[in-house]
Amino acid sequence: MTENGFINAQDVMFAYEPEEGREPRNVLDGVTISIQRGEFVALLGHNGSGKSTMAKMFNAMLLPTEGKVFVDGMDTVDEAVLYEIRRRVGLVLQNPDNQLVASVVEEDVAFGPENLGIPPEEIRVRVDEALKAVGMYDFRLNAPYKLSGGQKQRIAIAGIIAMQPDCIVLDEPTAMLDPRGRSEVLETIHRLNEEKGITIVLITHYMDEAVQAGRVIVMDGGHVLLEGGPREVFSQVELLKKHQLDVPQATELTYRLQGMGFPMPCTLTTEECVEALAAYLPPVQAVP
Amino acid sequence: MIRDIALGQYIPGDSLVHRMDPRVKIVLVFLFIVFLFVAQNFVSLLLLVVSVAACILLSGVPMRHYLKSVKAILFIVLFTSVLNLFYGGGETLLKIGFMEIKSGGVSNAIFIAVRIISLILLSAVLTFTTSPTSLTDAIERLMKPLKVFHIQVHEIAMMMTIALRFVPTLLEETDKIMSAQKARGADLESGGLVQRAKALLPILIPLFVSSFRRAYDLAMAMECRCYHGGEGRTKMKVLHAGKRDAVACVVVVVICAAVVVSNIVLPTVLS
Repeated sequence: MTENGFINAQDVMFAYEPEEGREPRNVLDGVTISIQRGEFVALLGHNGSGKSTMAKMFNAMLLPTEGKVFVDGMDTVDEAVLYEIRRRVGLVLQNPDNQLVASVVEEDVAFGPENLGIPPEEIRVRVDEALKAVGMYDFRLNAPYKLSGGQKQRIAIAGIIAMQPDCIVLDEPTAMLDPRGRSEVLETIHRLNEEKGITIVLITHYMDEAVQAGRVIVMDGGHVLLEGGPREVFSQVELLKKHQLDVPQATELTYRLQGMGFPMPCTLTTEECVEALAAYLPPVQAVP
Repeated sequence: MIRDIALGQYIPGDSLVHRMDPRVKIVLVFLFIVFLFVAQNFVSLLLLVVSVAACILLSGVPMRHYLKSVKAILFIVLFTSVLNLFYGGGETLLKIGFMEIKSGGVSNAIFIAVRIISLILLSAVLTFTTSPTSLTDAIERLMKPLKVFHIQVHEIAMMMTIALRFVPTLLEETDKIMSAQKARGADLESGGLVQRAKALLPILIPLFVSSFRRAYDLAMAMECRCYHGGEGRTKMKVLHAGKRDAVACVVVVVICAAVVVSNIVLPTVLS
């Protein structure tokens, strides 16, 4: 494994406190993940695969029972650097309603920097910048409860950006949003990744979100099942299906056509799929 | 339906009152309320009423918001006024059976009504023009001396901030749960008091459960954002009292002094 990754998780094991009379079960069973600076990684897996638990390892909300997690060379077990780690790796949670603290948007965004003890004038600058980065500057004086889910989630992201992190981990940020909110949030995180070079770890169970990532890690039963570029990962349709994981619809279609004897390429997006199919159609005579 | 509660709702704006230091506002409102009860004659009461009206005009908040908050307490005002009609001396104005209304009673009733309404309007000016965060912030600063008695001032202020933040969220949720229970055939409107209280249980239990879940989530989100108590924490908005606050203080002190003077010079109406 690469030692120079921004986040290095080495053989991480983790078990929650077992209930009375139950055997402790490892939620994470020897996970080794390395995330490079500036990457856009999608962490896939269905419920109970350990992906959310893994997210909490990245910013020391949970500590491994065995194994190690290093963030920028710092061990997450080390209490002395706890807040330094949490500043560098921000975590955005699923429910946008439950992670906003203040009743005014800009004051909520200021919450993180205030905790870090940043001087007031600089907080002001950071808050304005963060709100502009997520396209919510015009809403800075609004009350969060009047905003839509997608807008609230963008405020939550702004609250993390104001701490000037190197990496943002998002734990199913779009699970509770409508399609419009989803695309707002996804657009925002892609832009942050490209323009500001912020490392993004997107935890999701939406395949179409994962397709847009630079690298995909598939988790199942506390293990890393597959890892690689989206095309590499989703071409293994059989393996994914065996673990009850979906593939993008376009991939599914071309996969089935392949099974029926059509020599199709593996496609990831609807556009690609349309093009591949169009190649099979006889050329249409233009109607005069 | 339960969402239009006027009290404690901040209305953003940029008026003179909005821009005042919240600490000064709290102290002055408190002082003013005390003097509403110090005032013993109509001249001083009129002075105070005019001042309250001036505050309302200066706040630049639409009248309907104030009317709404007065409407909410109208019953209490009427009730206490009517009760007060029968107290107090002076000459008898009206006699119904064994009940007598005397002139002292009438002025008593007017005084109490004006006092309660002014009190509500004044606190409305405060909450309308001050964002909940700066309000709690100001309370935190004002209570700082209590740290000597080992009172966790920062924690109390943080709890207030969060409580205020979640009021609309929980109201919305209550609405949703009520609709959900109604859809399942729950009867919330009929029956006696005991039956109705019992009918509330299926609403309160889910509300409690979800509140705990929210609290857990929020605590985690706060920890993710490096929250570790009040130690070493800074504030984006630094409170500083400026010239306009000094002017406001002087004006209020003058008014209060006038009230005291009029109490000494003019004969009291209440007796």
